[in-house]
Amino acid sequence: MTTRRRALQVLSGAGVALAAATPSAAALRERKKAPPDAVGLLYDSTKCVGCRACSNACREVSGLSPDVATIQGVAYDAPTDLDARNRTIIKLYAGEGKTAYVKAQCMHCVDPACAGACMLGALKKREMGIVSWDGSKCVGCRYCQTVCPFNVPKFEWTSLNPKIVKCELCKDRIADGKIPACAEACPRSAIVYGTREALLEEAKRRLAGNPYLYVQRVYGETEFGGTQVLYITSVPFEKLGLPEKGDEPVPEVSETVQHAVYQGFVAPVALYGILAGVLWRNRRQNGAGDEEASS
Amino acid sequence: MSTHATVVPGPIDTRPFRLLAGVAALGLVFVALRFALGIGAVSGLSDGYPWGIWIAWDVVTGTALACGGYALAILVYVLNNGRYHPLVRPAVLTSALGYSMAGFSIFFDVGRPWALFKVPLQFWNWNVNSALLEVALCITAYVVIVWIEMTPAILERAKDEPTWPTLRRLARRLSGPLEKALPFILALGLLLPTMHQSSLGSLMLLSGHKLHRLWHTPLLPLLFLVSCVAMGYAAVVFEAALSSWAFKRKRETTMLSALARPTVITIALYLALRLGDLVYRGRIGMALQPSLYALMFALEVLLFVVGAFMLTRAASGGSLGALFRAAVVIMAAGALYRFDTYLVAFDPGPNWSYFPAVPELFMTLGVIALEIVIYLAFVKTFPVIGGETAAEAR
Repeated sequence: MTTRRRALQVLSGAGVALAAATPSAAALRERKKAPPDAVGLLYDSTKCVGCRACSNACREVSGLSPDVATIQGVAYDAPTDLDARNRTIIKLYAGEGKTAYVKAQCMHCVDPACAGACMLGALKKREMGIVSWDGSKCVGCRYCQTVCPFNVPKFEWTSLNPKIVKCELCKDRIADGKIPACAEACPRSAIVYGTREALLEEAKRRLAGNPYLYVQRVYGETEFGGTQVLYITSVPFEKLGLPEKGDEPVPEVSETVQHAVYQGFVAPVALYGILAGVLWRNRRQNGAGDEEASS
Repeated sequence: MSTHATVVPGPIDTRPFRLLAGVAALGLVFVALRFALGIGAVSGLSDGYPWGIWIAWDVVTGTALACGGYALAILVYVLNNGRYHPLVRPAVLTSALGYSMAGFSIFFDVGRPWALFKVPLQFWNWNVNSALLEVALCITAYVVIVWIEMTPAILERAKDEPTWPTLRRLARRLSGPLEKALPFILALGLLLPTMHQSSLGSLMLLSGHKLHRLWHTPLLPLLFLVSCVAMGYAAVVFEAALSSWAFKRKRETTMLSALARPTVITIALYLALRLGDLVYRGRIGMALQPSLYALMFALEVLLFVVGAFMLTRAASGGSLGALFRAAVVIMAAGALYRFDTYLVAFDPGPNWSYFPAVPELFMTLGVIALEIVIYLAFVKTFPVIGGETAAEAR
């Protein structure tokens, strides 16, 4: 009886001490900013006519064949969603007398959920803030798919060596001095490539120049902590499938909770020390001759 | 009255054993198909629902049901309540098998299982912010620890077994040092589940924007931890009852009834946190509006409350059957909470839906059958199950 009460006292005392010693969670994580050389895309939905030259160009430079489906006897290359063969697509919104197109691809978030989730850093934010996938570190756990608020990372479900597939902003073309294939292919300049800073300026200029056409906000400036792919539209963002869940980066809550407990691994080590101490002392008190001491 | 563990007599190859082995074999056939044809061919998983029953059941619920060893260790080793000692070995065996089966399920669930070794070994690549990394490392370490905790049972048989000369020599040499190291090993066996069971809750924090607000809360890690302890006690009662019926041992009804108190306290704590948190966040109204989510939430709470009541009544009644039924209800409650958090309350958007495919289900059933098969073989080979046998009673 006494031993149990003592053990409870020790543990609760230790718990209070640990809670007091752990630095306040809010102070543990500063909000990340876009890197100074961050590049991205500006997509202007009002200029898009849905020709899908962008998704075709993307597939070409990725070395993928057309994604053909036969509808009523006619072959179409018209995928309806991102998947392992389509890194960008155009979707049509039609409702309430308005129609608008919206381009879907990786948003290259300033503080990406996928990179926060990935165990070995296969998905990581690299040069120029581009989020890319390194297959040598991927085990195919698909946690990245679970956490992305835009449902961007796609998995090769029928492959025996499956990859995670998503837009990587044509990082190889950029390294060669070219621009992303979608931006180059667009005949209406609805997709513009540039630094995030320049794109934000251009976006705001267009919003100010036409206040009755555009929703007066640049989507991606602050959403989810900011993204490097920005949208300006005439239809409210949520109707186009762009989630409005606030400005908090996805990793912020969970990392705050994890850090509060695991920072410096102090709490686990301390807890282990206390447990080992209690167990060792209990074993001594129960007597070395007790044959039931070993489970 | 002898409560020391003894080998369960009788042949391993019985009719129930063969039936379960058949189910396990069928599951393994589908596992082979998964490796021949890819995950898409054997499952209902999709880009919207990349995690299905292999995660929600095999890993998340399976390990929680395997928390009997952990939950008992808190009572027996920390609070020094030696009364439950005879229940520890079978509970630890269930833990060892439950966690091993979860590891096996991960092996066929991930897309690139040959790369899994990189997770514990390539420490220079570790993303220390990843809750999943913490879960993976912790569970891997715990599988090692919990099998080490089973070695006393193995060594006890091996020490006197003339037909196993090498193992016998090894057993006699290892017994002493193992005995000394046990408190430090057991302490790890208490630390590690605390970490990873709570982190299994943290995993869903990162998908918060896809998680229904009746389930999404920063308290997820704490709720998962507390509920797994309750599920652990329930699993111990479940298993002890089944063992005494199946292996014809004296019913340890008094000892199991004593487990009712810590179980009910844990359930009360869980419900207080769950409901209190929803009230604090102003979300309790959602539970009262008619919807599938409100229904599932109500069912979870109901199962916990009813289970707690049933267990309290059963504890004063003295019927092993009543204890067993209460345990089943409590295990179902915890399982439902986890299924809801990972699947039902998870909404990736309007175009996605998930239901497990037939091969996918059979793989999960096969894993469960495999666990029982190995359990049966183990308890008939090594002294794990305590309690007076029919022979001793005479």
